[in-house]
Amino acid sequence: MTNLTPASAPTVADAADTLIQPTGSTGRPARSGWRMLLPSMTPWLAIGLTLVVGITLFGILAVYVVGDPKQIRDQGLTPPSAQFLLGTTQTGQDVLAQLAYATRGSLQIGVLVGILATVLSAFFGIYGAYRGGILDEAFSLLSNVFLVIPGLPLVIVISGFVPRESRGVWTIVVVLALTSWAASARVLRAQTLSVRNRDYVAASKVAGEKPWRVIAVEILPNLLPVLASQFVFAIIAAVLGEAGLAFIGLGASNSATLGTMLFYAQNGYALSLGAWWWFVPPGLIIALFGMGLSLVNFSIDETINPKLKNLRLYRRRARRTARMERQLARRGAGATGTPATRSTVSEAPPR
Amino acid sequence: MSYFLRKLGFYVVALWAALTLNFAIPRLLPGNPVDILLAKLQQRGGSVSPETRKAYTLLLGGDDTGSLWSQYLNYLKNLAHGDLGVSVSYYPAKVSDVILGSLPWTLVLVGVATVLAALLGVLLGAIVGWRPGTWLDSLVPATTLLAAIPYFWLALILTYLLARVLGWLPLQGGYDVALTPGWNTEFILSAVQYAILPALTIVLASIGGWLLGMRNMMVSTLSEDYVLTAEAKGLAPRKIRRSYAARNAALPSVAGFAISLGFVVSGSVITEQVFSYPGIGGRLLGAVTNNDYALMQGVFLFITLAVLGANLIVDLLYGLIDPRTRARH
Repeated sequence: MTNLTPASAPTVADAADTLIQPTGSTGRPARSGWRMLLPSMTPWLAIGLTLVVGITLFGILAVYVVGDPKQIRDQGLTPPSAQFLLGTTQTGQDVLAQLAYATRGSLQIGVLVGILATVLSAFFGIYGAYRGGILDEAFSLLSNVFLVIPGLPLVIVISGFVPRESRGVWTIVVVLALTSWAASARVLRAQTLSVRNRDYVAASKVAGEKPWRVIAVEILPNLLPVLASQFVFAIIAAVLGEAGLAFIGLGASNSATLGTMLFYAQNGYALSLGAWWWFVPPGLIIALFGMGLSLVNFSIDETINPKLKNLRLYRRRARRTARMERQLARRGAGATGTPATRSTVSEAPPR
Repeated sequence: MSYFLRKLGFYVVALWAALTLNFAIPRLLPGNPVDILLAKLQQRGGSVSPETRKAYTLLLGGDDTGSLWSQYLNYLKNLAHGDLGVSVSYYPAKVSDVILGSLPWTLVLVGVATVLAALLGVLLGAIVGWRPGTWLDSLVPATTLLAAIPYFWLALILTYLLARVLGWLPLQGGYDVALTPGWNTEFILSAVQYAILPALTIVLASIGGWLLGMRNMMVSTLSEDYVLTAEAKGLAPRKIRRSYAARNAALPSVAGFAISLGFVVSGSVITEQVFSYPGIGGRLLGAVTNNDYALMQGVFLFITLAVLGANLIVDLLYGLIDPRTRARH
């Protein structure tokens, strides 16, 4: 199914990387060992981490600060005020308190699904590719089939058949995990296939190591960045998926998530009453949390695909060239002039 | 040729898997859908003859007479005849008729919006990725916000801003209810006007992924030898960008189109709910709330069929565009 060459195959671009390397690592010692697996800090990563950590802390800690989210007051729909920072719902419930509990609920489901989906994809992707042969074919076919069957309609149908009273958090978690592991499994399989045939893996096999040990010690460390990125991605997908399900009233019964909040807002005519303080915050939390995780993923991607990392080095170099060009142009009295395509580069703000 | 045969074979397997899932889900899960369904049917004034009951049990399980295997064969036979049972919520309409009535709405809306989003995203990605390091490129991570926004929430926000506050576009529905559906200019214009908001939602929510994927591929392509050669030949940068870099960088986007279609369909199911759009997603949700299991399964089958069909077409096209895929096997 994949039409891309495996990322591990050496290309000419890799040779170019070694050429750029010296210009980029000016004055910094090379990072070694496990630290190579950690993404380097960029402004975008900082923003991402801030968003993720901030929202996670809000979900964990705020529930101890805010009042009872279900308490009904006889004041109806009120806009944000000093007493209720995010206003109240049409039954006078504190939106901020609801938001805190909902964030916690959504994060719980997201992390649970993330773990489960990653384990599933690792099993089907890594184990299948490692064993090879008919098992690999079967697992690969299975993940490809799951990939093309549209996930959410399947989830909706499954949730629709489960009676409301027996639709708990775990039902939702399992259903979401079952429908979201396939894409990752395919990527993991491609990666494992390229790692599997390397000499040190062969050596380990010849030395008589058990399969699980070869996988865990020799293969898995190579896949850690990929796994991390997929875990992060699985959390985003799960939070979004759960929100979608809950929004249409198919979420876990008796659960408070950002999706159920939006469901109640929609059914309480928040939109037509103009109660933006009710339906904007839950979606915003999802979007910002997802954005934070994506930004973290961006940096993980740079660890997986060094070509992207070298971009920043390119960028720095391009800026230096642009500066020099500008100086030359100033001195050379417009003999040649900078090419038109370079003009955008020279507008780049110095960092 | 074997490439096409392999692809066809895979989709036959995928289709079979989807049909089997559809057969297995109601039988594996708790609850007794047939009884709920028949009770609903009686409420609506439908008569429950033994034949009706038999048809539903074939579809949903709960039949004790035959073995599971014969049930399965009968189920496949019924499907082959296009018999999906009778819808309860639209009684006495047949499920296939209900679906066929709503399918065009979704096909046009999702189809046009997806193609637009893909074209725009790939185009922007090619522009941004061509000059990595410009200020424009450093803004790319911001598009992740777009990708992380829930479809239906974006729909709510857009509706709030464009329809409620500004009043530019209609709030919900698929067309002006004062008009009768038909192929006249007035009706089509009204349908287009009502489709702008849902389409905008889908385009905005899915464009980020296209942009990002294309940009990353573009950056990788730039370091390829043939781009260097093209530069050394002294070709105009615009020509290199269009005919050398973008063409090759777009290949994974074409392959990704099929996969992303599934996601877009999923997202649009809930978006339709926000807009009360008369498409197939709205029918699916209506069926869920009304316990109309027959319609639910029918819609799921149709969505799966549509996505599988689109995937097949894209895969076959891909084999034509990129000869390497055919050579590999």
